[in-house]
Amino acid sequence: MKTVKIDAKGMHYTPLNQKIRAAIKDGAEEIILDNVLGQRFIGDGLRGNVRIIVNGVPGGDLGIFMSGPTCIVHGDAEHAPGNTMDKGMLVIHGSAGDAVAHSMRGGKVFIKNNIGYRGGIHMKQYDVEARPILVVGGTAHSFLGEYMAGGLVLVLGIGEDKAMTDRGIGSGIHGGEIIIRGEVDDFLLGVGAKKFKFTESDLERIAPTIKNFCEQFGYDPADFLDTNYTRIGPASSRPFASKYVWE
Amino acid sequence: MTLGSVPPKFKVSIDRDQCMDCGRCIENCSYGVYRREGDKILIESRKCTGCLRCVAMCPRDAITLTEKPIDYRSHPLWTREVREDIIKQARSGKIILSGMGNARDLPVIYDRLLLDACQVTNPSIDPLREPMELRTYIGKKPSKLNFRKTESGDVELETKLAPNLKLNTPIMIGHMSFGAISLNAQLSMAKAVTELGTYMGTGEGGLHRDLYPYQDHMIVQVASGRFGVNIDYLERGAAIEIKIGQGAKPGIGGHLPGEKVNEEVSRTRMIPVGSDAISPAPHHDIYSIEDLVQLIRSLKEATEWKKPVFVKIAAVHNVAPIAAGIARSSADAVVIDGFRGGTGAAPKVFRDNVGIPIEVAIASVDQKLREQGVRNEISIIASGGIRSSADLAKSIALGADAVNIGTAALVALGCRVCGNCYRNLCPWGIATQRPELVSRLDPERGAVQVSNLIRGWTMELSELMGAAGINSIESLRGNRDRLRGYMLDEGMLKILDVLPAGA
Repeated sequence: MKTVKIDAKGMHYTPLNQKIRAAIKDGAEEIILDNVLGQRFIGDGLRGNVRIIVNGVPGGDLGIFMSGPTCIVHGDAEHAPGNTMDKGMLVIHGSAGDAVAHSMRGGKVFIKNNIGYRGGIHMKQYDVEARPILVVGGTAHSFLGEYMAGGLVLVLGIGEDKAMTDRGIGSGIHGGEIIIRGEVDDFLLGVGAKKFKFTESDLERIAPTIKNFCEQFGYDPADFLDTNYTRIGPASSRPFASKYVWE
Repeated sequence: MTLGSVPPKFKVSIDRDQCMDCGRCIENCSYGVYRREGDKILIESRKCTGCLRCVAMCPRDAITLTEKPIDYRSHPLWTREVREDIIKQARSGKIILSGMGNARDLPVIYDRLLLDACQVTNPSIDPLREPMELRTYIGKKPSKLNFRKTESGDVELETKLAPNLKLNTPIMIGHMSFGAISLNAQLSMAKAVTELGTYMGTGEGGLHRDLYPYQDHMIVQVASGRFGVNIDYLERGAAIEIKIGQGAKPGIGGHLPGEKVNEEVSRTRMIPVGSDAISPAPHHDIYSIEDLVQLIRSLKEATEWKKPVFVKIAAVHNVAPIAAGIARSSADAVVIDGFRGGTGAAPKVFRDNVGIPIEVAIASVDQKLREQGVRNEISIIASGGIRSSADLAKSIALGADAVNIGTAALVALGCRVCGNCYRNLCPWGIATQRPELVSRLDPERGAVQVSNLIRGWTMELSELMGAAGINSIESLRGNRDRLRGYMLDEGMLKILDVLPAGA
């Protein structure tokens, strides 16, 4: 495997991203970025199967418009990692800010700890392959899965009494599903979101995702492979169909 | 129903002596006004939208369509429209949905601005024999150019120029998405702009693969729902536009009803078939100018700083300071959409009451950017109710670099502005996804009609400029001296920075 190391210390994001692109062009299969501190747009619009290791804290929009690469962050991430991502994987060994996986359309985003507000907003899916997945090990703030039109958001609540305590879950959701470990109080649901019973077949469906997440962070999947979840989905795929009357 | 029905808006009649009973009216009316019963064609005027398809297709000119005179007691305040809206809402408890642009009888400022013409002392220019420079570059311009001398003594440009769009005419076609309008409508316009050397917008519905051959003349749009946005889409566009607001419905987002989301729309927008396409007003990763900077730069980084990025906002009261913020946000152009801007669907209360006229928005933005010394750093594109080359010339004289047309291009394709775009039944094959209706619009012929319109306006613009003694679009831009206000109040003239007629 051809590995390229880049020291990002004090570097602006544009030259850093240029170096990453140049390394990929030169055939790098793994790129290690050391001393990352707030540089935005790492992985922006990158294609292919390259693996990027980020040592430090990347700035906003990590992996935005990304289509293929895997990016592993040893640290926290700023807001909107996975923004409008098409394919690939982000693994964050820490927490992340707001709007994680905004409009994500494929690939996976795994966050070990917590995320901020509006996680999974506008996530969408349009065929079987293009199914985005966001897994949060800890908890998320309000408006999780807002306007969601496809894909899966899974919140495990590791280390929390309750996986979700913030409101507005799935407001305006019209596709996809939000699965939360344990019980979710009704008053936390947003407009248009509905609770469904989590069944054995649901577990079978999400078990590979749970195993995949646990692999990344060294958890034992057995701790999560039961039906102690709440599934939240859309009350309708046409949430606003009855809102209007013709002129 | 205690409220009963309201009188029909239109009266449709057939001259039975002329009618040859061919049934084309039945075939052509997608709203179901006509039906055959026995040997007679019956008419249900109540269903008529005034789209005029039947009139246009009747081989005997046998159909008459008139707006029906008022059946209510006349009242200056409680008009027919006001009363019918109340009745509709009393029945349904819903938001009234409308199509096309603002339909209120408000004064049009363009019509109260008059262009100048030379007479004796400063002769006019004849565009027939003098070259007229209409080429327009949209994008960032440097505030100054630096040169350096090479060892061989040559002079080289040192300043790095930002990517610009080169327009052969300052007329572009604004963003109307696949989904809201048909693929044949988009294809017609794409062929026209490619032939003319100008650009059109994809709207927020993604880029259909049949439009790839025209991608060098398409501006791809990124709206809050990010429909159809991926790296391939961004790289295909000649430029990228971030849609923040729209003149027809400032402050609210887009919503394509699930009926219009068929297989093709689903694939292009990258959303499930039959589900509503919801694109709320705010981008949920933009809560400040700093956040806007972040999205602009993320788009530039993704495309390696090779493409200009525009930001579209609706014309609202504080449009000038917003534009000043955008000018400093790394954006290459600000697109301002006035309150006459069209739409496939908007709540009627927004369409008719929210926003400000494009004329004042252009003038105040241009003025603010000049005051702040950043006008040269960004282009201004104006849209929202541009109806003629006169509106175009006046927009440029008020400070725009170029205009986007929308409804005018649709009218060139056959649209009769009936305002029922949201019903997916457009009989002209424009605002519909129904294959049998879409096939009524031939993209080849449509392209000729749209390019004829733009070509005609471009020639008229040359003539108007020549008459004003101007031979370059650069000299018309922001040149308020070539405008005079007529029947405009002092306050309005001050905002427009235009003298009254006679001054």
